[in-house]
Amino acid sequence: MPKVFKIRKGLNIPLKGEAEKVFTRAELAEFYAVKPTDFPGLTPKLSVAEGDKVKVGTPLFYDKYRTNILFTSPVSGEVHLVRRGERRKILEVVVKTDSSQDFEEFGRSNPKELPREQVVEKMLKAGLWPTIRQRPYSIVANPEDKPKAIHISGFDTAPLSPDLDFAVKDEEEAFQAGIDALNRLAEGNVNLNLNADYPPSNVYTKVKGVKFNYFSGPHPAGNVGVQIHHVDPISKGDLIWVVNPLDVIIIGRLFLRGIYDATKVIALAGSEVQKPRYFILKTGASIANIVADNITKNPAELRFISGNVLTGAKIDADGFLGFYDNMVTVIPEGNYYEFMGWAQPGFNKYSFSSTFLSSLLPGRKYALDTNLHGGERAYVVTGQYEKVLPMDIYPVHLIKAILAKDIDKMENLGIYEVAEEDFALCEYVCTSKTNVQEIIREGLDLMIKELG
Amino acid sequence: MKALRSLIDKIKPNFEKGGKLEAFHSTFDAFETLLFVPNHVTVKGSHIRDYIDMKRTMIIVVMALMPALLFGIWNVGYQNALATGSEMAFWPMVMHGLIKVLPIIVVSYVVGLAIEFIFAQVRKHEVNEGFLVTGMLIPLIVPVDIPLWMVALATAFSVIIGKEVFGGTGMNIFNPALLARAFLFFAYPSHMSGDYVWVSGLAKGEGIIDGFSGATPLANAAAYQLDKIPSAMDMFLGFVPGSIGETSALAILIGALVLIVTGIGSWKIMLSTVVGGLAMGFIFNSFAVNPFMEIPAWHHLIMGGFAFGAVFMATDPVTASQTEKGKWIYGFLIGLLAVLVRVLNPAYPEGMMLSILLMNAFAPLIDHYVIEANIKKRKKRAAAAAKIS
Repeated sequence: MPKVFKIRKGLNIPLKGEAEKVFTRAELAEFYAVKPTDFPGLTPKLSVAEGDKVKVGTPLFYDKYRTNILFTSPVSGEVHLVRRGERRKILEVVVKTDSSQDFEEFGRSNPKELPREQVVEKMLKAGLWPTIRQRPYSIVANPEDKPKAIHISGFDTAPLSPDLDFAVKDEEEAFQAGIDALNRLAEGNVNLNLNADYPPSNVYTKVKGVKFNYFSGPHPAGNVGVQIHHVDPISKGDLIWVVNPLDVIIIGRLFLRGIYDATKVIALAGSEVQKPRYFILKTGASIANIVADNITKNPAELRFISGNVLTGAKIDADGFLGFYDNMVTVIPEGNYYEFMGWAQPGFNKYSFSSTFLSSLLPGRKYALDTNLHGGERAYVVTGQYEKVLPMDIYPVHLIKAILAKDIDKMENLGIYEVAEEDFALCEYVCTSKTNVQEIIREGLDLMIKELG
Repeated sequence: MKALRSLIDKIKPNFEKGGKLEAFHSTFDAFETLLFVPNHVTVKGSHIRDYIDMKRTMIIVVMALMPALLFGIWNVGYQNALATGSEMAFWPMVMHGLIKVLPIIVVSYVVGLAIEFIFAQVRKHEVNEGFLVTGMLIPLIVPVDIPLWMVALATAFSVIIGKEVFGGTGMNIFNPALLARAFLFFAYPSHMSGDYVWVSGLAKGEGIIDGFSGATPLANAAAYQLDKIPSAMDMFLGFVPGSIGETSALAILIGALVLIVTGIGSWKIMLSTVVGGLAMGFIFNSFAVNPFMEIPAWHHLIMGGFAFGAVFMATDPVTASQTEKGKWIYGFLIGLLAVLVRVLNPAYPEGMMLSILLMNAFAPLIDHYVIEANIKKRKKRAAAAAKIS
């Protein structure tokens, strides 16, 4: 067995409601949406208008500044609605499905035999380019760049996250084709990062043309940013691309079958889901039919999250699965007052710190809600973030550099190596209730703006 | 609880913007959040948040101070009984201690919190809980016979000059409680040092039996009267004169345990402070030219304010080093300097206070070098990567 990177810092938050390993094929939902808000820094330009007919793979919008990057419809039907927010910002492009699913044809081909430009061209056309994101900055990659490596995290360690080894089951062929395509794009290796704590899926171990790296330890060991930090840290000027394994399969299908088939396996989990399990559905699907009759309370008392509890996006009970997300989480809202909550012994209050008596009862699982559990304060406690950030980075100093908009210092303190998801646990454990992820994103956006 | 909640909801509009009592908004908010954890939910970022908050953090520290406080209250009575030669039972001693100590605590909290509330209101901030700890620390590090107006003055000084001028809790450079003590020490030295201030009633000399000195072990050591230093066991348990909460190393140790188990206090700072103190003690032992230098190194840990300072003062996260590596250096130097000042300085028998305040000033510098090392490493890597490509 190759070298195992042991991650020691981090935290597995013991949440109730893990998905049972049962597949359910979800019916085709009535509505699907592609959300520009899933792509940080994107300025979308619409290619369609409400009422237009679209096929699977027809562009819905594109990047205003990199016009060849298209975002396509995962289903065929009619553009039902373009939902806008403040200042007419496009939030969602919703497609109403029709009964027959018509596909745009992109043509079958063997990526191994295609020149790099044609692989890029094909992925751009089918709307699969956005599946590739770059580090630094965690934004959609630039097709003209050549990264020094591509990293794929084969497992997810976030709270209640799906077992990706299970989710990629039976997709050997598509996964291999996807890897072949990615191998045409990178100058260096395509890295497949696996969990050393259990035997990985055959789909992973049998794949050819990748370099395997093994990791063990608590969350965020599964975060691709943390893995890159240990395998191949990003210095100024470096470029690394990252792809989700479920998206590798979708890329593979494009080459095998010549269509955009956004089908993926996701987990529906959380303490308020009656039967947490896995669903087979398409990116952008409305969650209405998978959560209907499967939740414990009135939807108004619940928080629906596309993604995991640490980094996911808040959506409505009939909201849509995000482009990169591999799960939907449902937890209780926490808009209640609690009498002297801070002074209670707290047998039922899970905390990373040992300040509640719940720490005497290890191994229990908790139904955590969305209450902030306290007011926002200036930084007082120190050393807290360092315990959950397995990177050679001084998190609080980096955050302060971002708040001061000090570009040099941000660079020196390692802004290129981080994405907001890597700091999600810092935000969770924070005594001062600081919105760390938002600050990190501001820092990344500032770097993009200043350095281009 | 529902009745209380609905009462609060009923009067709340008065304190909000445009309400009649808007000027008391921060005060109202402080009491409301004290009674009820607010109903705020996560809007951005992580959807779930840890149950820990500033109130919990601070109350743990206050709890950790309780053994030292309770012992201190009893010891005030006990020392008084020794001084007057009266046979007091346990409860009368506690009663005597309570009468002496409680007013100091009340004054410290009332003055400090009043100022905090005013500043929070002016700044339109929420009241920060930091003073819950400071307000308890101040009474524990002053001599029992201190006049109450001095406590009030010192508290006001420490909160305004020590904290609020820097922007409030979390922004201050010096530990506010120690600043209060330093203020008293330099402004009113006769009430803060000497042999007469540590035992209640001694300064006035009423009913004191002949030959009772009231000197602290450190004062004995500084006067080279090693034979008068109490036994190590007495110093460890705390049956000696001294500031109210600092005498019992045992009580402080219990507090240290609470802080370490809950993770609120940095064990790295506590340990490295002790190591630093021992190191300096050993150095003195090996070059001893006077009796003070000869006392066993480990006695320094149980004399004076060393233990209290190491556990409750040096570990204040705001004024300590903020990097984990820096904490080792910071603590070590505090211990080292404290013993150095103690033994070599003729003016102050106690060096802990000055050593911590000095290191408070140097903590950002220590952090700076720790961070610079990290930056250098990163730059080196970038340069190496650039060479390859």
